[in-house]
Amino acid sequence: MNGDDLSAVAVLNDPVRRAVYEYVVAQGREVGRNEAAEAAGVQRTLAAFHLDKLVEAGLLESGFKRLGERTGPGSGRPAKVYRRAPGEWQVSVPSRDYRTLALVLAEAVDLLGGDERAEEAARRAGRRLAGGRGEPGPGGPGGPGGSGGPGGQDPSRGREGAAGGPDAAGVPGDSGDLDDLLRRRGYEPYEEDGRLRLRNCPFHVLAEEHPLLVCSMNLALCRGLLEGLGRDPGRARSDPRPRECCVSFSIDNDN
Amino acid sequence: MHLAQLNVARLRAPLDSPEIADFVALLEPVNKVSDESPGFVWRLKESEDDPQATVQHDYGDDLVINFSVWESREALWNFVYRSAHLPVLQRRREWFLSMAEPYSVMWWIPEGHIPSLAEGMERLELLRREGPGPRAFTFRDFHDGGAAGDGAGPGGAGSYGSSEAASLPAAAEARK
Repeated sequence: MNGDDLSAVAVLNDPVRRAVYEYVVAQGREVGRNEAAEAAGVQRTLAAFHLDKLVEAGLLESGFKRLGERTGPGSGRPAKVYRRAPGEWQVSVPSRDYRTLALVLAEAVDLLGGDERAEEAARRAGRRLAGGRGEPGPGGPGGPGGSGGPGGQDPSRGREGAAGGPDAAGVPGDSGDLDDLLRRRGYEPYEEDGRLRLRNCPFHVLAEEHPLLVCSMNLALCRGLLEGLGRDPGRARSDPRPRECCVSFSIDNDN
Repeated sequence: MHLAQLNVARLRAPLDSPEIADFVALLEPVNKVSDESPGFVWRLKESEDDPQATVQHDYGDDLVINFSVWESREALWNFVYRSAHLPVLQRRREWFLSMAEPYSVMWWIPEGHIPSLAEGMERLELLRREGPGPRAFTFRDFHDGGAAGDGAGPGGAGSYGSSEAASLPAAAEARK
């Protein structure tokens, strides 16, 4: 574990500061001090103090920007604005390093031309994650569990997640569970133009290194999540944008 | 410096067959996305009038060739993996055979230079023969070459700058 990462993350251990941080990152744009203060329900000076602490720790970055409509003389000085910094921080006690191994495995999949098998495995993993939701432990019952199992040896593959899900029959019209699941998986969902978009890519480092493989696996995983929730997997589609996750979901079934 | 990129793909069936029709239909919209992408410089076109025309060449009828020039690695990367091009790429197995050897190559060119197709195919050969190096490389084994600034503006904030963002501290940028 990197000591700098621990110090950066530890800065979030204050309820107001954390509320300020979470508000800023959820906007996906620059946020001014007044806005952050209002959102956190604190005085402007206190919000400014926490925002600057977050910049100092490297979790946010700041700049100056004119807020509001007016421009030219009389519009005032540019305001200090904040947004999420691009880095990432990991704290694991005791020290664990899944990222390095994941990168090696991704390279192996590429070398073996195993991308289709990897997508199938990701889809099964998605079903398990949706079926086993609410539990921190392994997913669906009886399955090969987190190991994923050596490719396709389970003849009933894909059923394990759905069978374990409390709502395999589906709760039509309730999109809250998908939103909730995506939120807990770190995707940071938000609505835009009738679609659920994902502000954060939970596999960022891998997606930078092996974009085609990882983005295709992620799409398969998202379709698996839908299946695990008893929904139409076609609601997830590849819909990339710079600096966001590559998948979006239709909110109602006909979109 | 500008970044030249060439890639080839081997068709499963003739270009005018029904199996490939979806791919042909996607040529126009995807080329439009490419040509309108930030940092796009140039693309080898067969025809100014027919948006579905693919590049004609002497390397075999089953080979589809894309050849373009970009301002930076980031500009090209965002088009390839972060635009409507990605979903098309994800369907590649429907139309193209998988290739054991490298099928995509990049290299730096002086700004204003329009490389020839023969030059591009030589770079691909070089990559296949000798592996990635400064004269022929890939996204994964990228070579910065002489393009120190990588096409970004002052402060190099190009990798994370939204257009309105002003004066972001370089310190945050350096943090990986």
